[in-house]
Amino acid sequence: MKKIVFLLISVLCATILFGCGDKKNDNNVAEKRKEKGSVLGDALVTSSLGDASGLIYNITSDSASHDVARNIYNGLVMLDKDLNIVPDLAESWEISEDSKSIIFKLRKDVKWHDGAPFTADDVEFTYKFMIDSNTPTSYDADFLLVKEFSVIDPYTVKVSYDEPYAPALLSWGMAILPKHLLEGKEAAKSSLMREPVGTGPFKFKEWKSGETITLEANDEYFAGRPNLDRLIFRIIPDLNTTFMELLNGSVDIMGLTPTQWVKQTDTALFTNNYDKHTYLSPSYAYIGYNVKNPLFADKKVRQALSYATPKQEIIDGILFGEGVIANGPYKPGTIWHNDNVQKYDYDPEKAKKILAEAGWEETKGDGKLYKDGKPFTFTILTNQGNSVRTKIAETVQQSWRKIGITVDIRVLEWASFINEYIDKGKFDAVIMGWNIVVDPDPYDVWHSSKCGPKLLNFICYSNAEIDELIDKGKHVLDPTERKKYYDRFQEILAEEQPYTFLYVPNALIGLNNRFKGVKAAPAGLTYNIDEWYVPAKDQKYRFEK
Amino acid sequence: MLRYIAKRLLGMVPLLIGITFISFVVIHLAPGDPAQFIASMNPKLSETSYEKFVKMYDLDKPVLERYINWLGKFARFDFGESFSQDGKTVLEKIKERLPVTIWLNVAGLLLILVIALPLGVLSACYKDSIFDKGVTVFVFAGFAMPTFWLALLCMYYFGVIKGWFPISGLRSFNYEYLSTFGKIMDIVKHTFMPVVISVFGGLAGLSRFARNSMLDVLKEEYITAARARGISERKIIFKHALKNALLPVVTILGLSVPGLIGGSVIFESIFSIPGMGQLFYQSVMMRDYPVVMGVLVIGALLTLAGNLIADIAYAAVDPRIRYGAKKTD
Repeated sequence: MKKIVFLLISVLCATILFGCGDKKNDNNVAEKRKEKGSVLGDALVTSSLGDASGLIYNITSDSASHDVARNIYNGLVMLDKDLNIVPDLAESWEISEDSKSIIFKLRKDVKWHDGAPFTADDVEFTYKFMIDSNTPTSYDADFLLVKEFSVIDPYTVKVSYDEPYAPALLSWGMAILPKHLLEGKEAAKSSLMREPVGTGPFKFKEWKSGETITLEANDEYFAGRPNLDRLIFRIIPDLNTTFMELLNGSVDIMGLTPTQWVKQTDTALFTNNYDKHTYLSPSYAYIGYNVKNPLFADKKVRQALSYATPKQEIIDGILFGEGVIANGPYKPGTIWHNDNVQKYDYDPEKAKKILAEAGWEETKGDGKLYKDGKPFTFTILTNQGNSVRTKIAETVQQSWRKIGITVDIRVLEWASFINEYIDKGKFDAVIMGWNIVVDPDPYDVWHSSKCGPKLLNFICYSNAEIDELIDKGKHVLDPTERKKYYDRFQEILAEEQPYTFLYVPNALIGLNNRFKGVKAAPAGLTYNIDEWYVPAKDQKYRFEK
Repeated sequence: MLRYIAKRLLGMVPLLIGITFISFVVIHLAPGDPAQFIASMNPKLSETSYEKFVKMYDLDKPVLERYINWLGKFARFDFGESFSQDGKTVLEKIKERLPVTIWLNVAGLLLILVIALPLGVLSACYKDSIFDKGVTVFVFAGFAMPTFWLALLCMYYFGVIKGWFPISGLRSFNYEYLSTFGKIMDIVKHTFMPVVISVFGGLAGLSRFARNSMLDVLKEEYITAARARGISERKIIFKHALKNALLPVVTILGLSVPGLIGGSVIFESIFSIPGMGQLFYQSVMMRDYPVVMGVLVIGALLTLAGNLIADIAYAAVDPRIRYGAKKTD
């Protein structure tokens, strides 16, 4: 007990120190930029496959909207380049000794884009907005857990929870909305959906439906004006077109496919004008087995299938080497990842041996496995429109055939895939992917209570020890202590193989080389977009004020 | 004539109800619902959000009840609100997209008329000549070639390598700062490639049609008679034959009215043109029922109107066809 208290106090100290440290930094931002020789001006043109649905971050759920809106708003906290939680609109915070409440001290120098001052009332409004059942938001879960929200003074707020809740702090990274513009209005119909007002580094300039969304630098930004004059989001629904626009110089940044990355960017046109940036993307691909299906009830069968899956061959052949093998649901390189787990290197002989132990043998001499006279055969499902997944299906079909398992592949349109097969549990195995979110709580995907229609543990994996680990880990705030629960959780997953974890792909970004100050980090590439700059001689776009 | 039009208009009402009913039921038969796209398969979303959206969109009510509600609103020309989170009405969404699509389609259709008709007529006059065969190969090449493939090739050559034309989009970033002439040139430049490529693909139909129609007319006895009277070939073709040969074109034009508001999804996606095709495709994929219904109904209305207009225009240009008036003798 003593130890826990001590750890909590040390976390507390760390956060306070962090808060102070950061404040110092902010005062230096302007000077820091001068030192680096950075200059103001120019614009970054980026593209999106679809038009944004609206620019109030909290109620939209499409990535096109979020990519734009995240530059317009701030949360109380944010993530730095190494995915640590750092102050944003809150200049510091304090976690109570019982870990059940957080006191946020807010910055006093923040103004909304329309000039109004930012205060604790805005935070309170945002909290009430999020828990209001009339608000069309999907992100209310974290906020519904708040027991009490109180405004202590115009720049201090306190939130309390019933129990210590580990993801609580990060949940306050949600965009804070302007009370004076939204109060008493129906958010989805508010003009802020089309012309948002936030506190962020960029402010809204113009939106031509289906064509472009333009943001411009916020001169009054509390952490210093971003160097770029504008961010322009072009809506280009076709990836081939986007690539040609990139080659043509009309788009400055684009996520490339492995094929483009390896085979189509070795031309002088590309190498002279573009830099390639890569980092591990926060997602993984997997083969999930329906554990309610008797075929996969025995963990030996799942282990054997994992041994018979050539992960490295999949990465080399389909991703052209741009990815790393995944052994669990966390991103390699983050603190939550446990590398010390059972691994399944490609070994078909071992797979055969394990299957024989489970009763599957070549009894009829036709090279196929049988148990009680029935052949080992099943169907893999995946969704349409993702050629990588289809290719993975073909690869594992080949390699599983070698150990005597017959697999059919069905590729389905997304809505039918989810509604008719996943939600109804009508599948044997699926090839899919998950995003890896920053908070490590695996409740939604792995807790046994999450088995059912519209829920994410659709393979219905259930393990009492894992349930307990998840339930406990959620209430431990100290990362080192919390990690112990998730380390054990990963060991069990690796042993049990309800999924065959395949790989974590690399994000492959082509960026025009006139932009300086760019550095890939665990948080991606654009985390410091307000520090990017273009040397005066290379500037491409000029704007009149 | 007026009675005829009134009769046709009345006949359209049950037709329209039938069309909307079938469309409504069919789009609801497709698996999935709009709430699912907003609130599923995302670990960050809360559990209750799905139910919340289902209630918000009335998805818990039976299809028939929703259809009747929809029909009631439609009778008052209210297409309702889109299910997507931008909270716009269906009409607003269509209004945003319609001008671009109409501009591209009208420009395309006019160009096709201007090019295909002379090509067809001339091929008929010089039947089986090198010219005729060349035209045949040319128009069929355009017809058979996948437009998206040709579009990508053109974009790469004229856009990336030569840099003559912008690759995609409708306007440049600096559009606001251009002079009026500059603005026109900017739009023309941006629409040049899409229009030319769609015209190339659309020449075959009309030019073949004009050629066959012209050949039929040239076989008529009155043409032989005209030739016997020693009238110059030029006069025979342009004065006597052409008029009659072009009559069926009226029908084709009438039928292409609904096509004017429909856009091609692939084409619009490749050239990043925010038109009706994309709107329709996206709303189908997102199961945005009100928008899907809105676009379908407008399409149906225009098809019915186009047919009617074609029939009336036919009566106007072809003396052999008269509606309503019965022979008195």
